[in-house]
Amino acid sequence: MLTNDLSVVLPELALATYAMLALVVIVYTGKDALAHVSLWVTAAVMVVVALWIGVGPDQTQMAFNGTFADDAFSRFAKVVILLSAAIVLVMSQDFMTKHDLMRFEYPLLVALAVVGMMVMVSASDLIVLYMGLELQSLSLYVVASLRRDHAKSTEAGLKYFVLGALSSGLLLYGCSLVYGYAGTTNFAGIIETTQGSDHLSVGLLIGLVFVLAGLAFKVSAAPFHMWTPDVYEGSPTPITAFFATAPKMAAMALFGRVVHDAFGGAVGDWQQVIAAFAVISMFLGAIAAIGQTDLKRLMAYSSIAHMGFALMGLAAGDAGGVEAMLLYMTIYVLMNLGMFAVILSMSRDGRPVTDIASLNLLSRTDPMKALVVLVLMFSLAGVPPFLGFFAKYAVLVAAVEAGLTWLAVAGVIASVIGAFYYLRIVFFVFFGSERDPLDQNDPLVLRAVMAVSALLLLIGSTGLFMVVQDPATAAAIALAN
Amino acid sequence: MGVADFAFYAFALCTLIGGLFTVVSKNPVHSVLWLILAFMSSAGLFVLLGAEFVAMLLIIVYVGAVAVLFLFVVMMLDVEFAELRAEMSRYLPLGALIGLVIVAQLGVAFGAWGYSEGFEGRLQHEISNVENTAALGQILYDDYILVFQLSGLILLVAMIGAIVLTLRHRTDIKRQNVLAQMYRDPAKAMELKDVKPGQGL
Repeated sequence: MLTNDLSVVLPELALATYAMLALVVIVYTGKDALAHVSLWVTAAVMVVVALWIGVGPDQTQMAFNGTFADDAFSRFAKVVILLSAAIVLVMSQDFMTKHDLMRFEYPLLVALAVVGMMVMVSASDLIVLYMGLELQSLSLYVVASLRRDHAKSTEAGLKYFVLGALSSGLLLYGCSLVYGYAGTTNFAGIIETTQGSDHLSVGLLIGLVFVLAGLAFKVSAAPFHMWTPDVYEGSPTPITAFFATAPKMAAMALFGRVVHDAFGGAVGDWQQVIAAFAVISMFLGAIAAIGQTDLKRLMAYSSIAHMGFALMGLAAGDAGGVEAMLLYMTIYVLMNLGMFAVILSMSRDGRPVTDIASLNLLSRTDPMKALVVLVLMFSLAGVPPFLGFFAKYAVLVAAVEAGLTWLAVAGVIASVIGAFYYLRIVFFVFFGSERDPLDQNDPLVLRAVMAVSALLLLIGSTGLFMVVQDPATAAAIALAN
Repeated sequence: MGVADFAFYAFALCTLIGGLFTVVSKNPVHSVLWLILAFMSSAGLFVLLGAEFVAMLLIIVYVGAVAVLFLFVVMMLDVEFAELRAEMSRYLPLGALIGLVIVAQLGVAFGAWGYSEGFEGRLQHEISNVENTAALGQILYDDYILVFQLSGLILLVAMIGAIVLTLRHRTDIKRQNVLAQMYRDPAKAMELKDVKPGQGL
């Protein structure tokens, strides 16, 4: 019995075991001298686990008394999480070495955070959900303040920790209410109680709202976004890149998991809550980003707006919406990887810079990078030939098909407002005023990530979209049937 | 009134008195002792409920570790308790109000709360006559083994985090290296020089 269960969690088990073994081995041998090795090996292990999950048989398995689900949905999310975490790790090497942050614990903490995310997207029980979430969050709090001699980094870690603890409190309160009124923590049991009547009982409804609020904190959807700009700005840039990719995917997948697996019988009850989150996030992200001068803060607001769009897909409340959300998140992760590769490569006289003004006239000194920024910004804004447009199009179609035309219209308006600050950066890059040029000795890895992500965004609408779409469809059907 | 009823009232009364005197007693050490009385009496209440494992846990963890820790803190830290007490009387009305709200909420919750329909079918564990230590072990190490191991991982992350964020290897201070001391060779460490009278080295 236990053997069957363990075979279902084998990928998670493998990654966690690797992290623990590596920790012991490195502590007894090289310590920080082995940090580079540990970083590359961790990234390699993640890629291997991602391939292992990706080529695995397409089936739905439940383990540990139905508290852990291995289905197409969780596999899709896990592959995206693992690959993006591996890429971020590889990207971070140069920055971490330069700033004396290359501690051997760093890649292992990231690996443990990824284990937490994998548990989150597979959670089929409120307790497992919480455990995965805490494992992820706790590792993220630590890496946020990794640069411990730096006031802003420690501030970011502390803020993230306090607000994260608050959101965990909200989530737990919601979970306890759900448990109290449903009589079980298992998603399959909760959905049983919601069937038969059109609306949830008041107790379950309040519990659901608290759970959704706690999750909205984790995906940084407005009005629970307050921590995002400060944490993004204060954390070391590679850590910010990590925050903007894998955890977002995991938390959004968890969002889908909870609303469909546990409350799939009461779509009308959560649809309005998620639609409200989506509208507020899209507009807040679009408007608040206009005044930003720091690229990392800008990316924070940009991520809030993008979370709004992804939530719009979820608000549709059917398989089409889940598919649109998964596609949106995948493309969002791809765009963010490229953008953070650009931010990581920005330095002047060997010191990293993150203000938007330093991108001025980048096209003269570094035409290739300028082109990459152009593609990324157009894609983030959602301009047609690029992949970002198709992501937005998918969620808009899903919303319209679900009868949420007003939400789709709001999304289009917010997207037009948001386009302003993305295109402003493109303007700076090509027609800005004269500035001291940026350094030009970018590490090869960053160049490669930039080029690949820009290329995929450019030609993705023909090829990549098809490659990702089929698994996304299967994933959506596995979740919302 | 049976023995069980008598025991219940005795323990309940002791818990209340213990709790009250924890708050009002003048000497902080006495407060801790009253707290221990409250813990012991609640442990008795748990035994009456048939939850002997929780009762033992309360004594071992709370009386054995937490209360003793409190005692150490009270004795070792120089906290001005008279000042804290003066503040207490200032916040008493507010505290009483919060207490009232909590009582009201509990009343509402217990009055209005009910199980959802058909909850018996969804209960994951039958409440049977298994000893509760054995039942807890069964649930914790068998049914919830995944969650149990995950909480272990969380604690591991907490430990790594504490070390990563606080451990500093200072190079500017001198440390004792015991091995270097033991392997010190007198023949190499000392050199005898025959100094002629009237000459320096």
